[in-house]
Amino acid sequence: MISEMNFLERILYLLQNYGMSFLQGAGTTLAIAIVSTIIGCVIGFAVGVVQTIPVDKKRDGLPKRFILKLVKIILKAYVELFRGTPMIVQAVFIYYGAAQVFNIHLGMWQSAFLVVSINTGAYMAESVRGGIISVDPGQMEGAKAIGMTHVQAMLYVILPQAIRNIIPQIGNNFIINIKDSSVLSVIGIVDLFFVHKSVAGALYTFFESATIVMCIYLVMTVISSRLLLLWEKKMDGSDNYELVDAMGVGTQFGQEGKGRL
Amino acid sequence: MDQTNNILEVSHLMKSFGSHEVLKDIDFSVKKGDVISIIGASGSGKSTMLRCINLLETPTGGSIYYHGEDITDPKMSVPAYREKVGMVFQSFNLFNNLTVLENCMIGPEKVAKKDKETARSLAMQFLEKVGMEQFINAKPRQLSGGQKQRVAIARALAMEPEVLLFDEPTSALDPQMVGEVLNVMSKLAEEGMTMLIVTHEMAFARDISSHIIFMADGVIEEEGTSEEIFGNPKKEKTKEFLSRFRNL
Repeated sequence: MISEMNFLERILYLLQNYGMSFLQGAGTTLAIAIVSTIIGCVIGFAVGVVQTIPVDKKRDGLPKRFILKLVKIILKAYVELFRGTPMIVQAVFIYYGAAQVFNIHLGMWQSAFLVVSINTGAYMAESVRGGIISVDPGQMEGAKAIGMTHVQAMLYVILPQAIRNIIPQIGNNFIINIKDSSVLSVIGIVDLFFVHKSVAGALYTFFESATIVMCIYLVMTVISSRLLLLWEKKMDGSDNYELVDAMGVGTQFGQEGKGRL
Repeated sequence: MDQTNNILEVSHLMKSFGSHEVLKDIDFSVKKGDVISIIGASGSGKSTMLRCINLLETPTGGSIYYHGEDITDPKMSVPAYREKVGMVFQSFNLFNNLTVLENCMIGPEKVAKKDKETARSLAMQFLEKVGMEQFINAKPRQLSGGQKQRVAIARALAMEPEVLLFDEPTSALDPQMVGEVLNVMSKLAEEGMTMLIVTHEMAFARDISSHIIFMADGVIEEEGTSEEIFGNPKKEKTKEFLSRFRNL
């Protein structure tokens, strides 16, 4: 039987008998990573944008300044709490705590999405804040000088540039989520790691199962990082532009034409 | 404030950064059609004064009246005021995420709430004026310094401002690109645009200005017509400063 097989034969055996389980586990992992990264980015952007709202002591009334300060403190606490504690503990804390203390019975899935999303959000909040700060202050001044409000300047000028700076961080978080969602097996999510534990436990094929799972994780993360690079390239746009002359006939100019047109 | 023909009136303007007093009691006014050049050594407070006028720096004292209304009053809308008082920066500050055309359209469209076609024709009109209409599809990073600055001027003009502030518009440019920007500015001056220019280009200031303000150590040391300041400066500091520009 399986105890008489060599390494490769065992792997083949696992793939033949549990291939679908591994794939389903991978699908679950990917689904959690994708959905949670998207929700996490939305949270992160909201928090990061609020954190960078400037306060004008002279023009903003006391109530507005007070509320803004309070909201910023709460958001800061949120970021510190979820960056500063392990996700595996958060998952247990929320899954069991919500039911016991608040009598909110979150399903396994809701808990999973919630935990990974707010975790990503906490990390993204700092990345977004950094992305906004890293945009040249002259951009904000240019926007203000033509009469834009802070919101308009953010929307049309600062955030589009900040997002470009943040894409590598979004990619980072996505890849981290693919891997770290494995801790959700503690609340019973049947992700790729859970499948591994089940298969390995049943057949005592820890090394073989781990090999398969490692490969699947690696394929997912490598493909993701390639796709993200493509996205970055697409956002940067072409290095060339068309000259528009009076007749409306375009002429291609590349970088070598720079400054000498 | 009852002088109705004054667009801007700066009164007892003061600005300090911490304990460092950059501007001490500045007074002057701008009438329609004035071309005022502000000259002086680096660190004399010229740029800070211009930035205070556009409220990019918050004055620590004094008032700035725009058609008689004090815009340093917290109740005044700063964005609405800035729509009417355009600014051109030393470092251009074009929006890097937008094309040349979009840079000039976004103000009329999103701030002045004009429809897209009107915004486009406004943008094109001023891009043609600065000679950049061929480059509407280029991104700022693809342009030379002089080209960027001309687009920045078109962007400011597209808001149809009453006054244009220039903060050392040619200081970041190579010598051969300075000319193309100064030409555009001369053209604007001839057309009657009201302009306030901080500059180190003395010959240019002498030739196009209706009025010169010479600043030293945070105060207006001397002011007068171009002929008065360049032809017959009265104060020692003015003489000393201008003596560095022998070829005038």
